[in-house]
This record gives sequence, structure tokens and C-alpha cells, in this order.
Amino acid sequence: MLNAIEVDEVSKTFRIHHERHSSLKERLLRPGGGSHSDFEALRAVSFNVGPAETVGILGRNGSGKSTILKTICGVLQPSSGEVRLRGTLAALLELGAGFQPELSGRDNIYLSGSMLGLSKRTIRGLFDEIVEFSELGDFIDTPVKFYSSGMYVRLGFAVAVNVDPDILVVDEVLAVGDEKFQAKCMARISRLQNDGRSILLVSHSAAQVQTLCSRAVVLDHGSVIADGAVGTSIDAFRSVLHADTREVDSAGPRARVEAVTTESGRFDVVMGGAWRGIARVHSEFAGDVRVVAAIRSPRNELLSATPISQGLVSLRPGVQDLSLQIARLPFLPGTYTLSISLRDADSGDSVAHVEQAAIIEITGESSSDGVFELDFDAKIL
Amino acid sequence: MSEVTPSSRRPIEDRPVRVVSARLGFLQQIRSIWRSRELLNYMVVSDVKVKYKESALGIVWSMVAPALTLVIYYLVFGALLKNGIPHFVIFLFSGLIVWNFVTNVVIPSTSVVVDRQAIVKKVAFPREILALSTVGAGLVYFVMQLVVFAIFMAIFRTAPQWSLLWLVPVALLGLVIIIGSIGLLLSALNVFLRDIKHLVEVFMQLWFYLTPIVYSYSRQVEPSLVHHGLSWLYFLNPVAPAVLTFQRIFYVHEYVQATTPGHAVLQVIPHWSTMHYLEMNLAVIGVGLVIFAVTMKIFGRLQGNFAQEL
Repeated sequence: MLNAIEVDEVSKTFRIHHERHSSLKERLLRPGGGSHSDFEALRAVSFNVGPAETVGILGRNGSGKSTILKTICGVLQPSSGEVRLRGTLAALLELGAGFQPELSGRDNIYLSGSMLGLSKRTIRGLFDEIVEFSELGDFIDTPVKFYSSGMYVRLGFAVAVNVDPDILVVDEVLAVGDEKFQAKCMARISRLQNDGRSILLVSHSAAQVQTLCSRAVVLDHGSVIADGAVGTSIDAFRSVLHADTREVDSAGPRARVEAVTTESGRFDVVMGGAWRGIARVHSEFAGDVRVVAAIRSPRNELLSATPISQGLVSLRPGVQDLSLQIARLPFLPGTYTLSISLRDADSGDSVAHVEQAAIIEITGESSSDGVFELDFDAKIL
Repeated sequence: MSEVTPSSRRPIEDRPVRVVSARLGFLQQIRSIWRSRELLNYMVVSDVKVKYKESALGIVWSMVAPALTLVIYYLVFGALLKNGIPHFVIFLFSGLIVWNFVTNVVIPSTSVVVDRQAIVKKVAFPREILALSTVGAGLVYFVMQLVVFAIFMAIFRTAPQWSLLWLVPVALLGLVIIIGSIGLLLSALNVFLRDIKHLVEVFMQLWFYLTPIVYSYSRQVEPSLVHHGLSWLYFLNPVAPAVLTFQRIFYVHEYVQATTPGHAVLQVIPHWSTMHYLEMNLAVIGVGLVIFAVTMKIFGRLQGNFAQEL
């Protein structure tokens, strides 16, 4: 069977310049080229996306998912290997990236439409639909530099989804605009799915991938570590996240926090419910530490970090289990990450830190907008 | 919202296959540029629009600015330094119109990839289009200046040699190929070596004086070079043939009555046959095509790293 996207043994090596030698003086003074090291962002990555298939790409920050996306779109060229695409491709890498701020929305529709490979006639045919979708109305003849960021993004999305591509590549852009517009975007994406379009979706949110995709590819350190049914891939993604224990630079004795587990083995919580976890700690010393927890949103924004005055525990040398408890998780449904730090109770120095110690899926229904559900009521007295 | 027509969905077997790989052949590059010709068109239009957007006179500046430059050069070289070329305004304009095209392409294209890095990092399209759009914009300004030139010729009651007007597109073609290639090459190199931009700005001044715009090739250059058989050296400058051709077409007079006593007749532009002018410009086109092919090869190698270098 023919595939819409074939990624064939794609590798990409970035040269990291430790001192940037982009001026002539530096090149002349140090003809050796200065110090640099090579970073393998992608290592022989291969996967396919079939026609009418929606595939998600999951991976931590720095796993290579943006690089593979840019390579598929042709923004980056692979160092070796190749990507074969069948049909037209539209990419939502950054909405409105091709806009020229001085020009009107109308001019920009034509400019960015032709950047996506459309003919003038096709764009003219789609024009009204794009304007209607973007909800810009009369602002379409205003220079886009006067647009609010919401208007800018709406126009960008409207152009990209209305170009009717064979292949649509989406990079974490679905969380734009207000809730109504988001719903409209999601509706448009499912319509594209039903129309037999191939969609490649990159997301931090395991939940979003679960809803939209039938298959998912998990990248880690530039390699494909899982490629299969979405449920299996999300499990693989979780296990990678949990393995990500990062030690901190501390002159004194250190500790190490291992994987966070839960009694039930599940990481989903109903909105507003309590969460309990167990963190295994390897300590090199005996002493008092403060346990600091921070929770981040699906967009990686810090939502809350506990104060250092809380969570006092006494560590003993060797292995011990630490019980973690969050009495109430008021956040809206989505995928949240929890990071754990241990700080010396006296000096405040960090002795251990785990980014993404646990990935917590908050489930439930909410029609609220924002980050968490507000206990709100109004009545006439 | 209108429904998507089922006919727009081609079966996957019929869709064209596009390959993203480390190496693209010359023909593939040309094909991808050709497919993006409408984008090129929009980029040229938006370049021109944006450049004059906020100014009251708008695009008229593309005519006023070169006319003012012309006045300055006329005052300095014609009136103050008295270079003794009769109808100096027309002589000057013939060369300046060519030179303005060169600077309007070379200087903006050198920095165009760096300036437009926001789209280079996010949107895939043939990167050559960026440099080529400055060539297109340069041609737009060239046409605007041609209008001003026509007005000047009417004011000074001179006429071009109508029978040689067909040489204008020939000379222009050579210029577009060779200057476009230089712009393309510089746009890619400047991504990796930002000094190029500053070097180019300085070099343009030298280049200006290496081109027979404010002086006459026949009077001031040829006599000293021809004895040593070094005339060819002067023509390493790819702009010189176009300038000489334009002078032949628009200035017309090979010999003029001298205004300085002692010389009855002055030779201002070379006494060459039409065939010589044609051959000279065809040579520029030929050399230009070779440079273009080499440039495309280098550009193809370098562009894969644009997004990560910016």
C-alpha cells in the first residue's frame, strides 16, 4: 500500500558551536573553526503515515519531535535518509509565520496561501471561506500588525486548514484562541480526517493524541522507541518520562529520586480529586530536606510550586520511599506534569531534582475556560 | 462553509511524490522554483508595497530618489569637476539606471535570508525565491526609472537610437542572470558569515567607480589600457558591458563636438559595431548561465542548514 508520508532512515546532525564563529575576524583568527560538537537530533528515524491516517508523535522536550516535523515539512534537510511525500502538504508549525506585518489580512491570505503552494485562482476560490472561518470580518483589509494575537492566529489557522491539503502537519497549535474557536478548529480537523486526509500531529498532550490519533510514534533521544496503536505508544511515552531522573550539581552529598509510582499503578485523577504517589529516594546522606513539588500545564506553564517551608522530611542514607500527596487537583481535564525537588533544609541547596517525575492525566468534564475550575456561584439576595 | 468537493481528492496513486533529502539536483531546484512562481510574484509585490507603505509619496520615491542622485552626480562630476562630456545628464542616466538595478538587487538580497528568518525557520518553500524576489523588485524599480528617463530625454530633447532598442532586453537579460546569481550566492553566504553584508556595502562603492558611469570608457580608460593589451581586464566587471550598451542606445553619440578648445571631436563611447554589442552581451549571458549553475549548486548545499544557523 502506498503511504502519504514515508520517513526513511532520516538522520539529522546539528553542529553545536560553542563559540559562534560567524564573523570573518573569528574565522581568520581561528581557522580551525573553533570548538564545536555534533548533536544527533535524529538517528535513522523511519515511520510511515498512510492515506486517511492520523498519527501522533509523542516525545519529551528535545526528543527530536520538532526536528522530524520540520524535516517532513522541508524546513530542514536531513543529513542522510529521505522523506517521501505523496500529495500537497500544509503545515501548522507556527500560525501566521509567513505573514508580512505591514500588509493587510487580504494580501497575507494570498501571500501565505501561495507559500503553501496554492495557485492564485485556488486562493480566490477559498478566500471567502477563509475570511468567514477567521471571523475577522471587516478587519481583513487592516494591516496584520494591528491585529490582536488572537486575530493573527485565527487568520493563520483559517488559511492553513482551508487550503485543503492532502497531508496536514500540526505542531501543538490547537490550543489557540478562545474555547469556541478551539472547538471549531477541532471540528475542522475531524472533518479533514473524515475526508481521508493524512494528519500528523505533534503534541505534549497524551490526551489529545489519544482522542485524535489511531496510531502514535514515540521518539526519545532522536530514535523511534515505539510505533503502534495509540494506547501502547502512550504507555511507552509514560515509561520514558518516568525514567527521566536528572541529578543536580551539588557540591555536597546528593540524593536521587527514582520513578514515581502509585499504589494503583494509574496516573489518572478525576478533576478535583486527590492524588497519591510514591517516590523512591536514594540518599547519600542523613539529614533534613524539604520536598518541593511543582505542577505544569499541558502547555508547560508553571501552575503551582509549593513553598520551601513545607514538606520537611528526614532522609537516611540508602533507599527509602517517600509518600507524596496532593489533596485536591482542581485543574481542568488534560495532561499535567509533576516535578519534584529535594532541598537541603538548612542551606536550601537542591540535592535532587526530577523534571516530569509523574505525568498526571486529569479526567472529567468541564466547560470552564482557563486553567482550573472555579467554585463559583451567583444569586440574588 | 462550502463542502469539499469529492473530485478534489485525488487517489494516492495519482499524487505527485515530493522528496525531502540532503541533495537536490539542479533540475529539481529549477522545477521547484518554477512551481513557486506565483509565490515569487506575491513576494515581489509585497516587497514593493512594504518598502513605500508608510511614506506619503509612496512608490513615487522609486522615481524621485534616483533623479536626486542623478542631480548630485551631475553637479559633482559635470559642473564641479568638469569632465567635459556633453549632454552629461543623459550619459549619466544611461549608466545610473543600470547601476541602480545592480545595487537594488545585490544589497537587499545579501541580507534577505537573514532578514526573513522568521519564515525561513517555519515555512518550507524554495529559499531561492527570497533572493529572486529582490531581482523582481529591482526590475520593477528599473521600469519606474525608465519612465523618469523618458521624461528627462523629452526635457533635454534627445532621442534614443530606436534601431538599437532591441538590445535593451538582451543587455538586461545578461544583467539579471549574472546579478541575480551574485545576489543568490551572497544571500546564502551571509547566513554563515554575517560580515558579508558589510563587505558588500563597501565593495559596492568601489564597484561603482569600476563601472563607466561618471566617466567615459573611451576617453578615460581605454587609452591607457589598450597599449598594454589589458582592455579585457576592465570587462571582468560584468556590469560594464550593460552600461556601455545602454550608453550606446540612449546616449547615441559616439563622437561629439568638443566643448574644450584644442579638441575638435571627442570620442565618448566606443566605436563598436552592433554585432560587437550583441556578442558582448551574449557573452555576459553565457558566463552568467555558468555562474548561475555553480551558484545553484552551492546554494543547494547551503540552504539545508539555513533553518538551524539562523
